[in-house]
Amino acid sequence: MVKPRERFIPDGVNLVYGEVDRVEPDGNEVLLADGRRLLYDDLVIATGVEPRPDQTPGMLDGGQWRESIFDFYTYDGAVALAKALLDFDGGRLVVHIVDMPIKCPVAPLEFTFLADAYFRGRGMRDRVEIVYATPLPGAFTKPIASKHLGSMLDERKISVETDFLVERVDGTTLVSYDEREINFDLLVTVPLNMGADYIARSGLGNELNLVPVDKHTLLSKACPNIFALGDASDIPASKAGSVAHFSVEVFTDNFVRYARGEPMTGRFDGHANCFVESGAGKGLLIDFNYDTEPLPGRYPIPGIGPFSLLKETAINHWGKLAFRWMYWNLLLPGRPIPLPAHMSMAGKHTDKPTEE
Amino acid sequence: MPVTTIAGRDIHVDDEGFLTVYDEWDDDLAKRLAAQIGVDLTEAHWKAIRFLREDYPSQGETATLRRVSVIGGIPTKDLFTLFPKKPAKKMAYIAGLPKPHGCV
Repeated sequence: MVKPRERFIPDGVNLVYGEVDRVEPDGNEVLLADGRRLLYDDLVIATGVEPRPDQTPGMLDGGQWRESIFDFYTYDGAVALAKALLDFDGGRLVVHIVDMPIKCPVAPLEFTFLADAYFRGRGMRDRVEIVYATPLPGAFTKPIASKHLGSMLDERKISVETDFLVERVDGTTLVSYDEREINFDLLVTVPLNMGADYIARSGLGNELNLVPVDKHTLLSKACPNIFALGDASDIPASKAGSVAHFSVEVFTDNFVRYARGEPMTGRFDGHANCFVESGAGKGLLIDFNYDTEPLPGRYPIPGIGPFSLLKETAINHWGKLAFRWMYWNLLLPGRPIPLPAHMSMAGKHTDKPTEE
Repeated sequence: MPVTTIAGRDIHVDDEGFLTVYDEWDDDLAKRLAAQIGVDLTEAHWKAIRFLREDYPSQGETATLRRVSVIGGIPTKDLFTLFPKKPAKKMAYIAGLPKPHGCV
């Protein structure tokens, strides 16, 4: 599980560890907390987002954090939650999203499906009520996928509380801004996701400390020599690994042109591609971008697959497992993978005529 | 792209009735749009609507509730009182801006 970072850093790259105090865009330097200064010609910000339970009153400070309230996007949180699930002997499990955007928007759905399967496996599903509370108007952000995923929740007898924007946590009750209340015995929440605090200190961020960028080139709107990659930017796409991966493929070619003083010709299209584990050895796959929502069909080879889009199959689940190897051996070292960076309409089923 | 007639003018809207042309909007139209969804515009409503209008050209996206609260200085609780149930959607509708995509 743990691998040294140095192994993935190519020769010729000087890897500096340190906490960033702030960036001074006018002086083109990064100030580290220990007083070191790093001068740059061009700066690429890739410090991601982090879950911030402190941003919801009563979540971190209400006495229930890691008692009956858990998150799973941190290592500590996931380990603590695993133990809580083992010890859980029935009651109301609430899966909850504070606000968008979140890292991997399908992960809370995936957790819900897997929790359902887990409690069935333990023969105690009838003693667990599962509620899915979301600030969105449905199970997912996009209509067709929302319908498919919503009916999967229905089939599993999971109730969905939509348009639920949490204001505070009162002990073991979620309270929304419009004064709805949801009690829980076990809460699995996705706290607010924010960019790093130094982004705010540097005057580079928006209200969530995300760096506003051009959504096709990832160049900062405020500074002509700063880019933001991955979750750190404000592009209107999923904060998902696939988005970071596909966007970086476009970015690297663009950056070479940019460094030569040439116009950047590559345009990132917001491509995202996510497996959704649905329990019992099956999974779904979704593939979409800025303009096209997830649609049913086959992927990556049109008509053949082997993967099915927006449909539960065992092969999708095996694809997810195979992806572990791909991640460490191809994606992370930057080796080419046989999937194009831009989304393709080939193989997707749509009622409307769509441009390729 | 559908065209509808409001207050004797042709207005471009999307499938859900959200205006698609920024400059086709004015105060008079806002009142009509508000009335259609049962909102009676007070000064407090206008403060939120004006923030959305002023924020949009530089951002290229309709402000989220969090942005209206953090940058616009209007508490989220108040937005739920002013525009009950679905404040983000209702504000965007009245302000003649695209429906905020709850991100993706």
